[in-house]
Amino acid sequence: MDTDALPALRLRAVRKRFPGSEADAVQALDLDVPRGSIVSLIGPSGCGKTTTLRMINRLIEPTGGRIELEGTDVSDVPATELRRGIGYVIQQVGLFPHRTIGANIGTVPRALGWAKARIAERTEELSDLVGLERVMLDRYPDELSGGQQQRVGVARALAADPPVLLMDEPFGAVDPIVRTRLQSELLDLQERVKKTIVLVTHDLDEAIRLSDRIALLNVGGVIEQYASPDELLRAPANDFVAEFVGDDRSMRRLTLATVGDLPFERGPVVDVAANDLEAQKIMAAHRSDWVGLTEGETFLGWIDGHELGSGRTLNELPRFMPAAQVTPAQSLRAALEVIMTSRTSVAVINDAGRFRGVVTLEQIRAGLAGDLAEQAA
Amino acid sequence: MTGAIGIGAGVIGTAVTNRNPILRWSYFTEQTESIVEALVQHLQLTLSAVGIGLIISGALAAIAMKYQWTVGPITGTTAFLYTIPSVAFFGVLVPYTGNSAITAIIPLVCFTLLILVTNILDGFRAVPVAVKDAADGMGLGTSRRVLTVELPIAMPYIINGLRIATVTTVGLVTVAAIIGYGGLGRLILDGLRRAFWTPLTIGAGLSILLALLLDLMFYWLGNAVTPWTRRKRT
Repeated sequence: MDTDALPALRLRAVRKRFPGSEADAVQALDLDVPRGSIVSLIGPSGCGKTTTLRMINRLIEPTGGRIELEGTDVSDVPATELRRGIGYVIQQVGLFPHRTIGANIGTVPRALGWAKARIAERTEELSDLVGLERVMLDRYPDELSGGQQQRVGVARALAADPPVLLMDEPFGAVDPIVRTRLQSELLDLQERVKKTIVLVTHDLDEAIRLSDRIALLNVGGVIEQYASPDELLRAPANDFVAEFVGDDRSMRRLTLATVGDLPFERGPVVDVAANDLEAQKIMAAHRSDWVGLTEGETFLGWIDGHELGSGRTLNELPRFMPAAQVTPAQSLRAALEVIMTSRTSVAVINDAGRFRGVVTLEQIRAGLAGDLAEQAA
Repeated sequence: MTGAIGIGAGVIGTAVTNRNPILRWSYFTEQTESIVEALVQHLQLTLSAVGIGLIISGALAAIAMKYQWTVGPITGTTAFLYTIPSVAFFGVLVPYTGNSAITAIIPLVCFTLLILVTNILDGFRAVPVAVKDAADGMGLGTSRRVLTVELPIAMPYIINGLRIATVTTVGLVTVAAIIGYGGLGRLILDGLRRAFWTPLTIGAGLSILLALLLDLMFYWLGNAVTPWTRRKRT
């Protein structure tokens, strides 16, 4: 069998009923987590998202069903051995206060009996990976800020290079600015380490930002929808999903999709060597009152259509540069911001100094009506 | 016992005179052997009582942590033992264990239990839930978690308990003099019986000094095993 086709994690009819409880906390949950992807479990409190996560590393033993990690039933592996092979990151981090940062990061390698030199080498490697200065390695957790502690938490989870990482509201306890930075760092990190990550969160924006796929759970661990963030926002499977993602789901998709995802066009733009007639023709074609001038791949600025026909060449006409431009990697939300503040009602796309085209409100609206992710693919 | 107390009342009524000063320095040279012997015995009784107390308390705390319902009965019983008047406790054991070191040790051990058990429990309760969860989640296993994570975090509390128990025991040992195993208490009792200030002063003084020294030692020990508690982010 092609192992790449096999999901890293496979949950089948997984069920949990806590002792003394009338109902299942999780009833018959099926979930496949593709290798190297970030999957978020999200839902209202009591939906069993944390219970599900903790059943994967057997901190909670399932009442029924089967959980496979790389094709192996996790209940066939001794719990401690299983857990040493799965990274675990929690909201309160849970660093050992009596151990230095270096010793904290080396916890699992030490338990696995690695040689001291190898642990030291790995610890330094990881501190670089998560962006932690090496001088921090000799400090104690209480000497670090919340954001630094969370980085240590991630480094500690990655210490023995486990293929799978479980994260339970990892950024829930830090302030919004630090949270956003840690989220970016996680995405950068994931680019390099390509782990299979299961992330529990109650923050929809976080799930949208970080996940390849989102599993939206309802009370009792019922998966209401399991889809890409864009699909979840664009096509909610039912009323529950629609209500959960909220009235502003189009705005959320703006955050998610980039300018590059749009089939943007060149717009009412002519070369600086063109004449008035050509400029008027392209303005008419785009129903624009403005015409853009380019020279080679450089965007020179906008000219008001009323200035044309005065006998001066295009190059002689007064022009102005838009204050803000967007790159293909920026979000549609950023493009919208530029459009709103632009005199010409379009955003110029500038890719490292090269003019790529323009984005209009109409293009964004049309883009949201379609499937942005598939257009991009 | 009543005799001793009667004689005691006699010495307190005795004035400090040239012939019976608070402290006659020559007593140290004349009685070196018996003073050292009393001091050694005092130290032995104290350390054995606290040592045995720690072992028993550790076991009791372990039971209390494993079976939550035992917390009440265990702390209740140790609290009851703590309330028994020391003189009565030593006296009541004599018919069973005679005038032996055992008779001195048993009450001393019992008096340490409440302090030690509550401090050990407080220590383990001070381990953050997230720390235990992280330890479990990383696959440390129960014994490894308890020994390498929970115990070190509980250590400042345990050492603090040992410190209080030790200082308390140093004072209590002197009472065991009534059954003949009182360490420095023997000097105190001797002074009381003979209406002679010097041995009383030496016995009490050395007992206080011993308590202070042991207190200081545990303070140092506490600092030595918890380097992380003195470095905080500013």
